[in-house]
Amino acid sequence: MSDVLNLVLFSGTADKLHAAATLAAGAAAMERPVNVLVQYWALDAFRKDRIETDLGLSFDATIAGTKRPVGGTKSIAWLDAFRMAKELGEMTIYACTGSMDTLGIDFASLDPIVDAEAGVATFLMAAGDGQIVFI
Amino acid sequence: MATTAELETLTADKIVDARGTACPGPLLEAKKGMTTVPLGSTIEIWSTDPGTKGDISAWSAKVGHDFLGVLPADGYDRVFVIRRK
Repeated sequence: MSDVLNLVLFSGTADKLHAAATLAAGAAAMERPVNVLVQYWALDAFRKDRIETDLGLSFDATIAGTKRPVGGTKSIAWLDAFRMAKELGEMTIYACTGSMDTLGIDFASLDPIVDAEAGVATFLMAAGDGQIVFI
Repeated sequence: MATTAELETLTADKIVDARGTACPGPLLEAKKGMTTVPLGSTIEIWSTDPGTKGDISAWSAKVGHDFLGVLPADGYDRVFVIRRK
């Protein structure tokens, strides 16, 4: 299996984005190339006017008795981890063109951390025979 | 790997203080710090994250640096690595 790590991000809450960013940054530090395809609510989270806002927590966090992020949801530094991954390694973030169409999001409205727009075949070509993780 | 006695007498060329950051922070700081020293230099990473010693060991093996070992300090770990590439 190839060394490339491929992440498909579907969820747009801070906790799931942080889990994804942790994997991406770790892989980049380990000198593994990383491809990220952002779809649906993750794509929405990468909009310029949303990316720095409080993106909340996933459904799991609503269950009674669940621990909360110690510093509050806004303290979850998922974007910093993605930026570090880009700075330290080889990571490409693709916006899923299908989701862009579905949600009415154009490429210009996305944060510049997103490198390109891509269809699924482009992403799968980049992914090669590396693992694909869906978050 | 070095012995505890060897690590105790070792003076690193650079200290990366990543205390207070959680995984993957210390690993990323180590990688960043490594690029600032010449080949053959020793860096020492300070971390309060219990996963760091394992991470730095795995990263060194993957990338080709020499992992020397860990010294426990007061509430944190001192992790030693020689830059090899």
